[in-house]
Amino acid sequence: MLKQVEGSWATAKAIALCRPEVICAYPITPQTHIVEGLAEMAKSGELQKCEFINVESEFAALSVAIGSSGAGARSYTATSSQGLLFMAEAVYNAAGLGLPIVMTLGTRAIGAPINIWNDHSDAMSMRDAGWIQLFAETNQEAVDLHIQAFKLAEQLSCPVMVCVDGFILTHAYERIDVPEQEQVDAFLPPFEPIQVLDPASPVSIGAMVGPDAFSEVRYLAHYKQLQALELIPEISKDFEKQFGRVSGGLVRPYKTEGADTIVIALGSVIGTIKDVVDELREQGVAIGCVDICAFRPFPLQALDAAIRHAKRIVVVEKSLAVGMGGVVASHVRMALRGHPLPVYTVIAGLGGRSIIKPSLHKLFEKAGRDDLEDVSFLDLNWDAINREVARMKETRRSGPHAENILRDVGPTRKVV
Amino acid sequence: MKPQTNEQKIKFYQKGTFTVGNRLIDPDQRLVQATTDRSNAITSGHRACQGCGEALGARYALDAAMVATDKQLVAVNATGCLEVFTTPYPETSWQIPWMHSLFGNAAAVASGVAAAFRVKGRDNVRVIAQGGDGGTTDIGFGCLSGMFERNDDVLYICYDNEAYMNTGVQRSSATPPAARTATTPAMGSAPGNVFGTGKNVPLIAMAHNIPYVATASVADLRDLEHKVQKAMGIRGSRYLHVYVTCPLGFGTPSSDAIKIARLAVECGFYPLYEAEYGVVTHTGTIRKKVPVEDYLRPQARFAHLFKGGKTDVETIARLQAMCDANIKRYNLLRDEGVVA
Amino acid sequence: MTHQPHPFAITLDVGTSLANHTGSWRTNRPVYVDRIPPCNNQCPAGEDIQSWLFHAESGDYRHSWDEIMKNNPMPAVMGRACYHSCEDVCNRARLDSSVSIHAVERFLGDLAIKEGWKAPPGAPATGKKVLVVGAGPSGLACAYHLARIGHAVTIVEAGPLAGGMMRFGIPKYRLPRDILDAEVKRILDLGVTLKLNTKVEDIPGLMKSGGYDACFAAIGAHLAKRVNIPSPDAGRILDAVSLLRDMETGAEPPKLGRRVIIYGGGNTAMDAARTAKRLGAEETVIVYRRTRAQMPAHSFEVDEAVEEGIMIHWLRTIKQMDEHSFVVEKMALNKDGWPEPTGEFETIEGDTLILALGQDVDLGILDKIPGVKVTKEKTVEVDRNMMTGFPGLFAGGDMVPAERTITVAVGHGKKAARHIDAFLNGTTYVKPAKHDVATFDKLNTWYYTDADGSQQPHLDMLRRRTTFDEVVGGLDETNALYEARRCLSCGNCFECDNCFGVCPDNSVIKLGPGKRFEFNLDFCKGCGICVTECPCGAIKLVPEDI
Repeated sequence: MLKQVEGSWATAKAIALCRPEVICAYPITPQTHIVEGLAEMAKSGELQKCEFINVESEFAALSVAIGSSGAGARSYTATSSQGLLFMAEAVYNAAGLGLPIVMTLGTRAIGAPINIWNDHSDAMSMRDAGWIQLFAETNQEAVDLHIQAFKLAEQLSCPVMVCVDGFILTHAYERIDVPEQEQVDAFLPPFEPIQVLDPASPVSIGAMVGPDAFSEVRYLAHYKQLQALELIPEISKDFEKQFGRVSGGLVRPYKTEGADTIVIALGSVIGTIKDVVDELREQGVAIGCVDICAFRPFPLQALDAAIRHAKRIVVVEKSLAVGMGGVVASHVRMALRGHPLPVYTVIAGLGGRSIIKPSLHKLFEKAGRDDLEDVSFLDLNWDAINREVARMKETRRSGPHAENILRDVGPTRKVV
Repeated sequence: MKPQTNEQKIKFYQKGTFTVGNRLIDPDQRLVQATTDRSNAITSGHRACQGCGEALGARYALDAAMVATDKQLVAVNATGCLEVFTTPYPETSWQIPWMHSLFGNAAAVASGVAAAFRVKGRDNVRVIAQGGDGGTTDIGFGCLSGMFERNDDVLYICYDNEAYMNTGVQRSSATPPAARTATTPAMGSAPGNVFGTGKNVPLIAMAHNIPYVATASVADLRDLEHKVQKAMGIRGSRYLHVYVTCPLGFGTPSSDAIKIARLAVECGFYPLYEAEYGVVTHTGTIRKKVPVEDYLRPQARFAHLFKGGKTDVETIARLQAMCDANIKRYNLLRDEGVVA
Repeated sequence: MTHQPHPFAITLDVGTSLANHTGSWRTNRPVYVDRIPPCNNQCPAGEDIQSWLFHAESGDYRHSWDEIMKNNPMPAVMGRACYHSCEDVCNRARLDSSVSIHAVERFLGDLAIKEGWKAPPGAPATGKKVLVVGAGPSGLACAYHLARIGHAVTIVEAGPLAGGMMRFGIPKYRLPRDILDAEVKRILDLGVTLKLNTKVEDIPGLMKSGGYDACFAAIGAHLAKRVNIPSPDAGRILDAVSLLRDMETGAEPPKLGRRVIIYGGGNTAMDAARTAKRLGAEETVIVYRRTRAQMPAHSFEVDEAVEEGIMIHWLRTIKQMDEHSFVVEKMALNKDGWPEPTGEFETIEGDTLILALGQDVDLGILDKIPGVKVTKEKTVEVDRNMMTGFPGLFAGGDMVPAERTITVAVGHGKKAARHIDAFLNGTTYVKPAKHDVATFDKLNTWYYTDADGSQQPHLDMLRRRTTFDEVVGGLDETNALYEARRCLSCGNCFECDNCFGVCPDNSVIKLGPGKRFEFNLDFCKGCGICVTECPCGAIKLVPEDI
């Protein structure tokens, strides 16, 4: 039923419909509204047969989920940014142990400088932890991906991280179709773990594995992700059958037919990009875009098939591999191995900076002329940077950049 | 019920009250470790060093818990010696459901396991989390405190061998003053570890007002089993701190693993007590009091206190003062006639 | 729940470490041993004390008594009259106080008499005949052991009753005669022939005429030593041996006068003094030339005598006896601890003097036998097999060089019986090698609960001073069981399960009640905790051959 609701509320509702048995929560903006919603549902009795556990840290949150999942309970947690890093050790551990935990990541920048707004630095930091990472374009998809995530996780015995852009989606009010319980029940069978702590049939979970088998264990984790490349589209199709709408999958091309320029992005920004693509298409520009929905496993073949006909690729990504450039762009180049195309990396929207249509128009126009550097930054304030760089040249130690730049551009700017 | 109650019931108890078993004691008063059908939660073939106090302490505790829970038990383990020596692929020594996740999260993982069984309506299945002193007093302390504060239905057992033994004997916040470790070498003007009380986790646990906190020693099995049994009869967060010797880290003969632990109790260095909801309800008694020097002297980690035949009287006096303070605080000698 | 394969390597099937045989790490191997407890090691009668206490601890008194009877045929007598040197060496003494071994033995002995338990049946008759001369503790013990082996034994006794010093040396108040009679009868019931009032003059002759294949002589030492003290009336000087004998055989008790002086410091002096007290002496005074610490009498005997009002004058020698008084000289210890005369004299009042200065062997029937040698202490020399220089003639008890106690005598009887049996079989008895002694340092006494020793009841003082009723009472069952359970079981496994419990590698196998334990060397790493934590020192560590 369509409802005008906050994205976080809808996500919470979707999670509740998946009948989670253990939910662990630790507050961090911007995922808080999701667990707050679940807390209400657990406390009010709307969410039955569920333990809602308030923990003392994100590390504990995921650790509790590791325990509950290990004991065979469908387990859920959510975090963002610093929280994800604080639980990093457990993130790797949950995947290593093959525990089908579902976690929402309300994507957010990582400090310092501390910043609560959206980008994908957090998600990218954990890309090799062994989790499946799905990115929601809209709040509707956020709802749908969570329902799919439990099915995926439990079929593979692999944890799934659903990445939902902080604030942009989590705090946005939209018309969202929140499914009915019967539909979800029909789609998502009860959790049957392949390993479980049970006195009736004891096992030792989490052995120490030495050089004799560690590579094999790692390969099997990789193999699991390769299986997911097949399973994700299947589940997406099943979902469509049950719920009547397309959600998820590996990649979603948009107006890529005959496109010379294909823009690639993850998450909510794809909506803005689609608008710009529409406008440029009306102007006769051969441009399209591809939404990468599954970043892990990375859909090399699906992406290649979707973009290989283009003349150039522009990757708009919300994270910076400092000292290198783009994370996603590197992956795209891997997808295009064998028939290389120019792949432009555009770092955009860091720390919540708005990615606005005029800037994208300008960007895509330059891209059409192949007038882009390999790595460029959207809407960078070059005045501030130049001044800081100049200062750095004068004084070997010019102090913290953030403070210096704020002095130039922020409200505490000195009037010279 | 107090641990000595059994003795009082046995009319002729001259043998067996402190021993593991005895033909003269009623079968129901024999210890779990005296029974041939004990669980052997950690079975043979594990790779603990010769004379490992932790291997012993863990089996003592878990076998007792298995009896107390009618074998409905799951154990969660922090990273550390106990984890490493029991579960090197492809072999595990555990005979009970067991899970290892990380060094610092055993308490939280256990909370999760307990939550899972509760939500599944199987709260007859009980959970024990366990770790060494590093995993408990240091890196796992946050999760432990969280578990206490939420009063999750878990018994957390710390096997305290007073340093990071698994990584090669480095100092932890449970390392005693003056002890030599790889990171507190016996060098300089104040050799060994700094003076202080360390992080006294049992007392910190009590500050959480959890239902049950106790200290136990691998040298007093009767007391240890009683405390485990008692702990398993209580719901909510419980904490058991077990002193276990590490022949390698302490620099003592493997044959003396229990003897050293006994000396720790008998000199007052390691007080045995129980507390309920933050209040001490029972304390152990020192049976044959010895000076702290008797405890220190056999251990290579304190060898610098006796170097070249010269005894570091001042340092030993400070350590003795700590023992005396324990004896007074917990009334370990009962000579004031007050039973705590 | 559907069973699915576990994730590779991360999740393992339980108990699989049994494939890893850690026994290969071992450089030392634990071995169960039976060390000899100090009490057993000490017992002159060779009793396996720890072993019979073990059975007594579980209330299996019959089994316990049978165990005593293997070595000593008179537990009720010994439980009273033995000076229990076993208790002097008891390791428990270093914890609180010795186990009251004699009291438990007495309890068992009395129970056996009450229940009418018979000596365990002996072996079939061998057809060999053995003559025993003297029905004292040594002769009776030897007869008992020989009879159980199947030899036909005849005891000839010069006196009117069997028992020797048990009857004629130890007063009734220490050893009631019904007890002695019962235990003697039990020996005779084995088929031993006893001929009383028969003094043997010619042992080789009797052996030949009676067809005896061997003889055990145990005539004791009952000739009182005398000392010359000037006296106007020699009739008022008695000896303790005669006094005590007359108590048993005399038609009426000897008349001793109002004030009795006993001269000597041994147990016999105490017995004589206490007997005199009971016979009505108003004052009984012991005169001894040395100090209390140097008295050969056992401490408890001195204590009991003093309790009963006996006075003792230390460091005095009697120089002269007058009408109703004695002149005594004060002595002083020299730097070597020997008493020396001081030249100072004093007078004490007294009507009768009883000499208790020791006894000699009546060598009259022996010194003529060819090959028999006499020592300068006037005892009969025997070899390691307790045989005299005359083939087939063995000797023991007070007449051979040894401590003169009934326990030693009983031990001699057993030992001689073994050698006589070997002699009759044309072989030599070889004593089994003794194990190491379970000394205190071998024990881990932390495991033993503190338990103070129990006290035997004593007769009230009035009756002690006026009657010959038994002074020291026995323990009731509760106390006897308690006392038995105070035993530390030094050196011998008592199945406390410590080794089974303390092994970090579960490599001790418990075999079940009475069967003790075994090491599983597949897994034992040789750490040695079991050795340290064995309360009774019944495990040792031996190096592996590597």
